[in-house]
Amino acid sequence: MRLTQGTFSFLPDLTDTQIAAQVKYCLDQGWSIGVEYTDDPHPRNTYWEMWGLPMFDLRDPAGVMMEINECRKIHGGKNYIRVVAVDSTHTWESLRLSFIVSRPENEPGFELIRNEVNGRSIDYTLRSYATEKPTGERY
Amino acid sequence: MDATPEVQRAVDLQGVFDASGVAEVLDQLDAELIGLGPVKGRIRELAALLLVDRARRDLGLEGRPPTLHMVFTGNPGTGKTTVAMRMADVLHRLGYIRSNHVVSVTRDDLVGQYIGHTAPKTKEVLKKAMGGVLFIDEAYYLYRPENERDYGQESIEILLQIMENKRDDLVVVLAGYADRMEKFFTANPGFRSRIAHHIHFPDYSIDELLQIANKMLEEQNYRFSPAATEAFRSYITVRMQQPHFANARSIRNALDRARLRHAVRLFGERARPMTSADLMTIEPAEILSSRVFKGGGVGPGNFGSELEQAEAA
Repeated sequence: MRLTQGTFSFLPDLTDTQIAAQVKYCLDQGWSIGVEYTDDPHPRNTYWEMWGLPMFDLRDPAGVMMEINECRKIHGGKNYIRVVAVDSTHTWESLRLSFIVSRPENEPGFELIRNEVNGRSIDYTLRSYATEKPTGERY
Repeated sequence: MDATPEVQRAVDLQGVFDASGVAEVLDQLDAELIGLGPVKGRIRELAALLLVDRARRDLGLEGRPPTLHMVFTGNPGTGKTTVAMRMADVLHRLGYIRSNHVVSVTRDDLVGQYIGHTAPKTKEVLKKAMGGVLFIDEAYYLYRPENERDYGQESIEILLQIMENKRDDLVVVLAGYADRMEKFFTANPGFRSRIAHHIHFPDYSIDELLQIANKMLEEQNYRFSPAATEAFRSYITVRMQQPHFANARSIRNALDRARLRHAVRLFGERARPMTSADLMTIEPAEILSSRVFKGGGVGPGNFGSELEQAEAA
């Protein structure tokens, strides 16, 4: 099941040219760009691992593309990789855009877990099939 | 794709030239920079090469994209940084770089202080410069043969790799004194082979320096009185013979100090009404009271650094 997190996730995977164009847009807005990766696709997993430090004061997407490709070389196919753009202007000071740039070939999807609590009440939660295995062996 | 490639397809070189807006940059270069004849000539040659190369590519005559990394040699204050900015404009208008920004760095920005510090630092600078021009001032400091554990070498290796692999994304300009750059290239042959264009910046003549001074004053709404022009000419003549002479930069410093003396003089005469001509005109007294004329101002041992020298002059 295809993971749909972040912007553009219902579109086909972006090509490198398209990624560069999106990054260019972010840079033109003055946002700083970070590259992050994870192998835990749970929607509540907000904090992904950072690939290096966020990049400030860039003018051109080539530097970001270089980092994305470096990250793909090590984590591609075994992890999700996303690009995040952070807006530091006052009152935003937060993420403005985040999109996946690389995903594992095989995405097993999520299991719906029903849990009976307080008599006959049921609460629901999600669990990724991938996280049955320890980190590093998931994809 | 074309079955008869012999059919003459024409390209309008003049049209490409006009559309690129390079003429504007070149004219600006001529107007704004005094002297530097050989440098301007080389930039025109380079612009012609790039223009023709682009026209060739438009006609499908594929060739290797030209190597654009450059080295600027010359004494301090001869306009290397300024020309680098103009060069970025030229390259940008011709479409060889995507933006006309210049990131100007020295050794401190590239080389780290402990193991593992250098690579991220160099890469960060390179990422910032991508799409534009990376200007490395006094590049020979990157290599310190006297210290074999120096991290400069690591930085050099990363630079070389990026200069080779990311030719479309980045143009590197190295700058520094001619003799020390020569030594640097002898020790790092990899650099020499990756750099296609060597531009030497000659020192300015006295007349050119005087022109530069007048231009600088004009920009700040000052002017020399005729006698002050002569005084400043003799100032330049004397100053050029003294150590630590940094061409246009020394001129700028001298003018800043003349402005200071000018202000002090006017303040001393504050009882009388001041006209705008008074406020604008620099008189010979402001020039002639410089310590440069007193001979003792610049002696080796008296003044070690450029800064102290500048204070004294």
